[in-house]
Amino acid sequence: MAEQTADTPAEGGGLSRSLDYRESSRDRATRDTEAVFSVKDLGVYYGDYLAVRDTNLTVRRYQITAMIGPSGCGKSTILRCFNRMNDLIPGARVTGKIQYHDEDLYGPDIDTIEVRRRIGMVFQKPNPFPKSIYDNVAYGPRVNKIKGNLDDIVEEALVGAALWDEVKDQLKSSGLALSGGQQQRLCIARTIAVKPEVILMDEPCAALDPIATAKIEDLMGELAERYTIVIVTHNMQQAARVSDRTAFFTAEVDEQGVRHGRLVEFDLTSTIFSKPSDKRTEDYITGRFG
Amino acid sequence: MTSPAEVGIPPRDERAVRLGPTRRRPAEVLFHGLLLTSLIIGLIFLVTLLVYVVARGWPRLDARLWENFNSIRRPERAGAQAAIFGTIWVMGLTALLCLPTGILAAIYMEEYADKTKWWNRAIELNLQNLAAVPSIVYGILGLGIIARQFGLGTSIITAAITLSLLVLPVVVVASREAIRAVPSTIRDGSLALGATKWQTIWKQILPAAIPGIATGSILALSRAIGEAAPLLLLGAVTFVAFNPDSLTSAYTVLPIQIYDWIRQSREEFQVLAAAAIVILLAILLLMNSVAIYIRNRYQKRW
Repeated sequence: MAEQTADTPAEGGGLSRSLDYRESSRDRATRDTEAVFSVKDLGVYYGDYLAVRDTNLTVRRYQITAMIGPSGCGKSTILRCFNRMNDLIPGARVTGKIQYHDEDLYGPDIDTIEVRRRIGMVFQKPNPFPKSIYDNVAYGPRVNKIKGNLDDIVEEALVGAALWDEVKDQLKSSGLALSGGQQQRLCIARTIAVKPEVILMDEPCAALDPIATAKIEDLMGELAERYTIVIVTHNMQQAARVSDRTAFFTAEVDEQGVRHGRLVEFDLTSTIFSKPSDKRTEDYITGRFG
Repeated sequence: MTSPAEVGIPPRDERAVRLGPTRRRPAEVLFHGLLLTSLIIGLIFLVTLLVYVVARGWPRLDARLWENFNSIRRPERAGAQAAIFGTIWVMGLTALLCLPTGILAAIYMEEYADKTKWWNRAIELNLQNLAAVPSIVYGILGLGIIARQFGLGTSIITAAITLSLLVLPVVVVASREAIRAVPSTIRDGSLALGATKWQTIWKQILPAAIPGIATGSILALSRAIGEAAPLLLLGAVTFVAFNPDSLTSAYTVLPIQIYDWIRQSREEFQVLAAAAIVILLAILLLMNSVAIYIRNRYQKRW
């Protein structure tokens, strides 16, 4: 689980050749930018049920960190810890620590509203509000009382989400009238309108067709220049394509037959997909299970 | 060549299986007919009632009805103005009292209350039971506590408070259902943007829940407008020759006026009663139209 540094670039081993792995854009992956999140021995309980445990990883600034693994291994649970959305689930609690810059994210004095403004989230199924496109994007700035010309903020956000050209003449029409891919980009626009530092994406392309997926993956590359991105994905190829670092989770069954998730390996994407340290990782990415 | 039977496939019917003509499916027809019959039975009763009342009250459906006050000795001069205004005052106040209270209570129970605590579950259970309490009991409550203990007397405000309590469970239950029906993805999306709980409720959840809440208010106010029993107990007098002028004034309402006229032996009062019923239905229709208009505006297909 130790991180590799820049002096071991990916080799064109048998594992990486079978995946669409682009080395050229991965220069930024090897830069050790500052840590945005430092996760130490994180575990999440829902009541008495230990959903995921022993998670240690570091999310670095302006990089895309992917979390992959089979179903039920706790990836989304961990993701939701980063913006404290798990607080909304009764009985949910965390053990261990998440350090956000120099603050303990679960410290006693933390304002969860401010947390969520700085750490935005895009959900698996696009969930635009039943309002106009303009009001969808303007909602975040309005509730957070962000100063500035609202029209400009909305336009900037829609441009940033690669949606402006498609909707600039219909800002007053319903957000729900857009196609799935457009709705998801609207949700991304909504999220970046409040100028967050981090964007969490929970399987953002799971409900979309391949073309819409490709558009959003390209968008992610652009977004990573200004935001830190953490993405949970079922799609290994997607993780290999877009991310800089990857965390692989798996689910284990204990003596009572209860499933718990855990982190297996966290490393540069290039390493995970070419020479992973753990056999379970290798089995997963070569398709032997999952 | 192996035949299908040898391979274990059951023999195909030699007659070619055609797609048409449409097969008769008696169960479908029966069910459809059953539904239609139920609807028609309900409609027949409603239409009969309406036709009877309008026909009976037709001779007196004129300006005298809302211009004049009641008169015991001269039915041809009797009118229901006091009752009409009384109803409008009481219903207006009742709506003002029970709707905000009910909606806010529903918001609390759905969004803020910890559902695992026993007292919240007890409240939930009792709320639904309260809707079944006979309205005369609310009259006793109103008389004993509001009129006497609180000293508000036999006034419009007492009537409004009592009726509000009577219909509050309906408003709360309907509003809760409406709030619960708002998809949690909307809630999650709003909170994930850094909105507070109250901002989420006020800007996303309530607007989405308005259609259900409007329906609940229609049901509640429709019930309240027709209540005579509790108001009789609260002292809504039947011979009133003035309109209400303040929250503490005496009053009468249409159901009570109707009740009084029906009890009179003279035929003219029966006709008056029927006419007054038509007025009551008209006021009810007007009130519900407002609610339906609000509901439709928020139900606009987004």
